[in-house]
Amino acid sequence: MTAEKMALAKAINESLRTALDADPKVLIMGEDVGKLGGVFRVTDGLQKDFGEDRVIDTPLAESGIVGTAIGLALRGYRPVVEIQFDGFVFPAYDQIVTQLAKMHARALGKIKLPVVIRIPYGGGIGAVEHHSESPEALFAHVAGLKVVSPSNAGDAYWMMQQAIHSDDPVIFFEPKRRYWDKSEVNREAIPGPLHRARVVREGTDLTLAAYGPMVKVCQEAAAAAQEEGKSLEVLDLRSMSPIDFDSIQTSVERTRRLVVVHEAPVFLGTGAEIAARITERCFYHLEAPVLRVGGYHAPYPPARLEDEYLPGLDRVLDAVDRSLAY
Amino acid sequence: MTVESTAARKPRRSAGVKRTAAKKPPGARPDLVQLLTPEGKRVKNGEFDAYVADITPEELRGLYRDMVLTRRFDAEATSLQRQGELGLWASLLGQEAAQIGSGRATREDDYVFPTYREHGVAWCRGVDPTNLLGMFRGVNNGGWDPNGNNFHLYTIVIGSQTLHATGYAMGVAKDGADSAVIAYFGDGASSQGDVAESFTFSAVYNAPVVFFCQNNQWAISEPTERQSRVPLYQRAQGYGFPGVRVDGNDVLACLAVTKWALERARRGEGPTLVEAYTYRMGAHTTSDDPTKYRADEEREAWEAKDPILRLRTYLEDSNHADEGFFAELDAESEALGRRVREAVRAMPDPDRFAIFENVYADGHALVDEERAQFAAYQASFADEGEGKQR
Repeated sequence: MTAEKMALAKAINESLRTALDADPKVLIMGEDVGKLGGVFRVTDGLQKDFGEDRVIDTPLAESGIVGTAIGLALRGYRPVVEIQFDGFVFPAYDQIVTQLAKMHARALGKIKLPVVIRIPYGGGIGAVEHHSESPEALFAHVAGLKVVSPSNAGDAYWMMQQAIHSDDPVIFFEPKRRYWDKSEVNREAIPGPLHRARVVREGTDLTLAAYGPMVKVCQEAAAAAQEEGKSLEVLDLRSMSPIDFDSIQTSVERTRRLVVVHEAPVFLGTGAEIAARITERCFYHLEAPVLRVGGYHAPYPPARLEDEYLPGLDRVLDAVDRSLAY
Repeated sequence: MTVESTAARKPRRSAGVKRTAAKKPPGARPDLVQLLTPEGKRVKNGEFDAYVADITPEELRGLYRDMVLTRRFDAEATSLQRQGELGLWASLLGQEAAQIGSGRATREDDYVFPTYREHGVAWCRGVDPTNLLGMFRGVNNGGWDPNGNNFHLYTIVIGSQTLHATGYAMGVAKDGADSAVIAYFGDGASSQGDVAESFTFSAVYNAPVVFFCQNNQWAISEPTERQSRVPLYQRAQGYGFPGVRVDGNDVLACLAVTKWALERARRGEGPTLVEAYTYRMGAHTTSDDPTKYRADEEREAWEAKDPILRLRTYLEDSNHADEGFFAELDAESEALGRRVREAVRAMPDPDRFAIFENVYADGHALVDEERAQFAAYQASFADEGEGKQR
């Protein structure tokens, strides 16, 4: 059994199981993560197998969850915390930004905070308010945090392993609308570095850079463009802090055009930083300004409007056309 | 809303305000655990005497010494701020008994989560006082190894550390250890959501943690009445664990009550809230001006309850200390002041590249890139001598 096809949610479940098995210091904490297995069943069956002491149903208080996880980390544990939905993380934002991110530096390196915070994020599931947001830039902006997001099951398995092994706090954004998408997980493969981007489709005319749920959209866009004779490269960034600018640069120096795609609002988003830095790095290579496709500067809309708000195949291709028109 | 209806509502509302304003925060007196009166008389207490029953004259002198040296250190730090050697200082003046009593109740394997004012507790834990001054001088954000003395770094954001203490205590319980954890906070912090959440978490997980609230009556300019309608210690009841109010200016009572609470934690009986009823004799910090919001008479009234004075009276009355002891302590105090002064003045500014140190444990590409840019920028002045290299 080297490779196995499984859903992204199942891959994370398997990765958590592996970690719980391998290290008695690993703990799972969150609301409804025990008997229920989490609202998305990502922790399904773990409490049954590892007990209430290691898979901990917490009171409904996000700051409390992260704050006590910090204390547990100080005691030598490696908590993996679940925040039930993206929009629910903000009560914990103070503990994450003010304490978790800065404590290692405050202690001049004498203590470590190996805490993973899992956050199902993004839209496309027809949910009510606060259940569809993409707040990754709010975390990537903070020094001391690392921020990653897998786009497929294989990455989800390995990136979770690496996040748990990391001695730094990692915010692990899980693309909730891809939870049920199946792909291959090879548990014996040696994974690349956690923060390295990967070319998922090679191309020559333009680079599409995305992460999490938007990688699939970009792959579909590239396939559609192919039929029109355009060769698009698709880069799965995987990490928003740090961002693998070297890999983006390498790609853009060949394709000379870049479009960044994410669900999060475009304004001051991940794409803005990428546009600025790639413009600096690749100024003489670029044939067009770096373009961004993402959410609008408006609250995430009611579900009946989310298809208008979320970048889809057509909006990505529209940006591709605008870039190629320069 | 019509004019009439506004007028109609007014009397009712002001009557309500009057009712609460007329009443001092309830419950202070009768529930206060006190073993040593402000006049230095030992009073019996059926429940808590046992925790200090075997205390020796030497240990009593030790508590006195701790308080005197802590006050001396604190005064030196205030002076150093006035001299421009420190950017800021948060004085513990008046809270020595609460801190020394509770600090001396802890065991070596216990873990302490302080606010930024726990200089007396730091002293008890064996943290070199000069290490506390780095953050107030601006050379670091916390200069000691938390695991060196099981004394966590000072937490500036109000109340956050109570959750860290609770999590740490949950870990202690998981490890099957019989250590306890103590979280310090103040009356102002009692309004913070994190403190409420730490009460919830510690209660439902039965965590071995003591919440030691120093109610020093003032959260900068806001009196305790602005934080709570009930005595703070009574809040514990709603979470399902005991709360006790202790005379925070009585070092013996603080020692006894904290020992009791820590032992409850060790026995697996869960959290306890201790409210040490005390007074911030000085300003909130050196940047504060208490004359704008509180009366001199209030401070004078509390001066009569000074924590150091009452133990001195008791030591003298019971012949536990002689002139020689006090004279020797005076000399030791002055030596400590000198040592702290010299250490602070000799404290170097950090290397400029310290900005990039310890941002991450495992490194980060962006930090590496920016460090290199910063180094190149600095190096660009090499030809211009020391002009830019301040």
